[in-house]
Amino acid sequence: MSAFNQSRSRVIRLIFLVAFVIIIAQLFYLQVVSGKFSQLADDNAILRKTVYPPRGLVLDRNKQAILNNTLTFDLMVTPSQAKGIDTAFFCRLMDIDTAEFQRRIITAIIKNKSFRPSVFEASLPPQKYARIQENIWRFQNGFYIQERPIRSYPFNAAANILGYIGEVDSNYLKKHSEDGYQSGDYAGMTGLEASYEKVLMGERGMQVLIKDNFNRIQGPYEGGAMDVEAVAGDNLYSSLDMELQRLGEKMMTNKVGSIVAIDPATGGIIAMVSSPTYNPNYLTGTERRKNFSDLYTDPRLPLLNRAVNASYAPGSTFKTLQALVGLGEGVINTRTTFSCNGAFYGCGSGKPMGCLDPGTYYLTSGITHSCNTYFANVMQRVINNPKYPNVDSSLRAWNNYMYAFGMGHRLGVDVPTEQKGNIPTPEYFNNPKRFGPGKWGFCSFRSVSIGQGEVTATPLQVANEMAYIANKGYYYIPHIVDSIDGGDKFGLLDKYKTKVIPINLADSIFEAVHDGMQGVMESGTGRGSKVPGIVICGKTGTVENYANIKGQLVKQPNHSFFCAFAPRENPRIAIMCVVENSGRYGGTYAAPIVSLMIEKYINDTLSKARLARVDALANTNLIPPLMLQKMKAKDSLQRAREEERALKNELKNIKDTLQSDDNLSEAEVKDRKTKDDRQPKDSPNKKAVKTDMVTPEKQREPVGNKKDTARK
Amino acid sequence: MNQRNPAISKGIDWSLAGIYFLLVAIGLTAIFAATYKEGDPVLQSFLKFKTDYSKQFFFFVIGTVIGFFILLTDSKFFSATANLGYVMGIFFLLLVFPFHSPVKGTESIIKMGAFNFQPAEFCKIFVALALAKYLSRPETDFSKIRSQLIAAGIALFPAVLTILQSETGLALVYFAFFIVMYREGLPSVILLIGFAIAALIVATIVIEPNTLAIILTALAAFIAYIFRRQIKRRRSIFTKIVLFWVLCVGIQRFAVPYIFKNILQKHQVERIYDLFGKDNPYLKKGESETAEESKKIKESGSSYNVRQSKIAIGSGRVLGKGLLKATQTRYDFVPEQRTDFIFCTVGEGFGFTGSFVLLGLYLILLFRIITVAERQRSTFSRCYAYGVAGVFFFHIAINVGMTIGLAPVIGIPLPFVSYGGTALLTFTILLFILIRLDADRQMVLR
Repeated sequence: MSAFNQSRSRVIRLIFLVAFVIIIAQLFYLQVVSGKFSQLADDNAILRKTVYPPRGLVLDRNKQAILNNTLTFDLMVTPSQAKGIDTAFFCRLMDIDTAEFQRRIITAIIKNKSFRPSVFEASLPPQKYARIQENIWRFQNGFYIQERPIRSYPFNAAANILGYIGEVDSNYLKKHSEDGYQSGDYAGMTGLEASYEKVLMGERGMQVLIKDNFNRIQGPYEGGAMDVEAVAGDNLYSSLDMELQRLGEKMMTNKVGSIVAIDPATGGIIAMVSSPTYNPNYLTGTERRKNFSDLYTDPRLPLLNRAVNASYAPGSTFKTLQALVGLGEGVINTRTTFSCNGAFYGCGSGKPMGCLDPGTYYLTSGITHSCNTYFANVMQRVINNPKYPNVDSSLRAWNNYMYAFGMGHRLGVDVPTEQKGNIPTPEYFNNPKRFGPGKWGFCSFRSVSIGQGEVTATPLQVANEMAYIANKGYYYIPHIVDSIDGGDKFGLLDKYKTKVIPINLADSIFEAVHDGMQGVMESGTGRGSKVPGIVICGKTGTVENYANIKGQLVKQPNHSFFCAFAPRENPRIAIMCVVENSGRYGGTYAAPIVSLMIEKYINDTLSKARLARVDALANTNLIPPLMLQKMKAKDSLQRAREEERALKNELKNIKDTLQSDDNLSEAEVKDRKTKDDRQPKDSPNKKAVKTDMVTPEKQREPVGNKKDTARK
Repeated sequence: MNQRNPAISKGIDWSLAGIYFLLVAIGLTAIFAATYKEGDPVLQSFLKFKTDYSKQFFFFVIGTVIGFFILLTDSKFFSATANLGYVMGIFFLLLVFPFHSPVKGTESIIKMGAFNFQPAEFCKIFVALALAKYLSRPETDFSKIRSQLIAAGIALFPAVLTILQSETGLALVYFAFFIVMYREGLPSVILLIGFAIAALIVATIVIEPNTLAIILTALAAFIAYIFRRQIKRRRSIFTKIVLFWVLCVGIQRFAVPYIFKNILQKHQVERIYDLFGKDNPYLKKGESETAEESKKIKESGSSYNVRQSKIAIGSGRVLGKGLLKATQTRYDFVPEQRTDFIFCTVGEGFGFTGSFVLLGLYLILLFRIITVAERQRSTFSRCYAYGVAGVFFFHIAINVGMTIGLAPVIGIPLPFVSYGGTALLTFTILLFILIRLDADRQMVLR
């Protein structure tokens, strides 16, 4: 029998062999062919923890930190470990309900998976932090507190310059795909935080840790050999003078506009005020999200940096540049006179440009008294200069002067969102939609000669123009950051170190303009803003402007402009101020503000009388009527929403408490509520607030009438 | 021959003994790698037998001592006491039912003092001996169906008892004894039918029921077409084809669903379906849980084990990560890695090279056992040797297969390597009895 079946031993060997070959083939596939398992194993066991270095600081010219770091505490959750905790107790500690708790856990899982930690609540307020810290042991593993450095702004000022950091979104990640950001990281979104992000962020470190199947950290991987040390962000030394900045912000309270002050010798920006502004610390703490949306929807646009992102017709301040062009082109000299009999009639009698004081003017007195006719004549001569074959080329020549003066193009300042401003070009007029080739001449754009019409400039450009004139023919690109701790590794500051001499004009030309501008302060339109002991050269501007309301251009109150530099010899400050829609003249609001700024900067102090002036200016409310309207509209909308929310809560409470009243409809509840409202309760003011909320179906009730009375 | 061997070492197959020591050494290393934590005092805990590797070493020492005594025992003892041993084994298996200890997931363990004691594990020894004894009886004519049935009964009776103890995995091992029967003349047809049924069951799981029924019908029609001439001559062939078709479709449509629904437990069915990457379709309506719940089951259940085990083994690549640098096995990602999933430690720590060496060692062991079996003069020794080969083969193939996703997770240990006292002792005794019998290979045992 055994002999008969001997061959079967071979079959059995074969079966064994085949089984082993199959196993080895699968092992070969798993271990040699397929590479994905190594990756999966790393995902399982290796935690790459980013180590965030502290961001760099920003210091002002007196080396005080104006943008700093402080610590805040985040409550972190690892959803897979958070099971089985006393949820009710936890919710009581956190002041949330269980539904909110569930919602946050689910959000955390979606964001980061259940076994990785996510933020449960960012920036715990101090009281909550204390409560949680005391009880955190009850929620071990599931929850822990993580400290995170946040930005702080010790001066509560310069919000728009310094900017803020925010969580990066997918768009940002796409744009900066090579810089190693991950979702959840913070990066500079505006201001210097954004422009110098590379410098401020430092270099992230990496800790490679090993974890077990419960996601518990077991220690460094390979003894920490693969860790990368984090390098702190470098500090920025800025040219800002925080004292001056705060003075400017104070004077601009309840005004729309900006102030830009530049050190002409370096191009360093000493102050850059954009008003209305906001407290930058609003965008760092717990309430960041809410505050941001408030600021974002505020009709006063506090997040807009008007100093670089708003452009205005420069008005009469533009005459200084027209004078430079006229002298540069040789169409006038300092002894050229033009007379004004009440208006400029050089273009016929169609729509003459008025002039304030009739008389005969030299260039200097033309600037001093801001004579429109004088500069209309100057520009007419430039455009109709027989040296050029046609208006195209003469306007082009004029353009080149303007570009050289920094108009019509971005200067390249180191705060984002800079606007170009506008200088009218031949192409623009040649456009058939405008005039078409050959169908235009000086008279088509004569208002440009006095800085109205097609010409616009940003406050920064106007201030830079002052620096250019003060320096008699050169400027440095305006910038806020002078130097970087540890050197300028990315070459960000190179362009700010080069003197820009765009065009050669004789010193005498500038002297003539300086004379006129000095005259403005001594006997001209800005004489009310003299500062004893300082020779200031200034120029006022009163800018007519229109708002587009439902397709119609409606004239708005004038902008008040003033630009100046001081002292005339060895200038230390070039400055401009615009107060939007203030009505009145450039000399009324902008000039005193500028003179106070100059005095503060040069004398380092203000006399008592002058301080009173500061307070008076700060207390002047010049918010334009259009903006006031929008604010009111927004307020009432917001109140409407709040009221609705309150109503809903009320509804819920009533439903919760009155179990028997199952059929209570929303309308009935509303009814009850209005009855409540009619009871005299609080101050009349509050009542007015509530009546704002009246919904249409209730208008027949007497409450509707109250509304009108309350408004009056 | 001469029964009084002056030296115990005479006739011993040193290659088997050598492989045994190698495998145990590999096992101890693997258990050490899987359970050692940074900073454990190795020597101290080793001496106190507090760690798994020291316990395993302790069992290894006991095993060697028992092996030594086995080598001192007269080979006749084993054939003489085979039937008695079988009865004793069954007795212990029955003893489990009233006296099993409350260990979760199984009802197969008796606690005796400090020792856990699993009759289902070591009963294999008695079955191997008893089956060999039965097959080697001069009056047994294995070509008769009756003898074949008795032999199958001897092998499968303990399996039935083991299933009743919720140890399906251990029970399946008893099917390994069909290798012995095959060697002794069990008709190949039976094995073929066995494979065919296995293939049909797999097809039932993988292929949608109606599609499979159509395929089977088409197959039957095709066969009938091929044999159309013969069918014309003899109608019975056609009847046979039809009957065969009915049987296949019956298994597919009724038998398999019945077994999955009513006989096997839910988690077992789940594991079988996991193996083929399918969801268990036999859940009752009320149990058809939400997606999240089923995911939970998946994550905690066997498919999680297999996934983690594949990750661990796959991440070992060609050369492995090194003994104590294996992140997956060191930080408990693979459950049960000391015991059923010990192969992961080898796969991750020593890579394809290490796995290949270990499997090579096992294959040499199996082939060596077959060589040893074929040189026996006595049928008893030969049958016993094939029994040992079968049991080892089944354990190795299924255990390694389940760690790499080729076999369902049925929780059986890897011989000599997995942590576990009973298993190590059982395998040691199985092997040493074989060595002892082989030493007396010239003798004819009855």
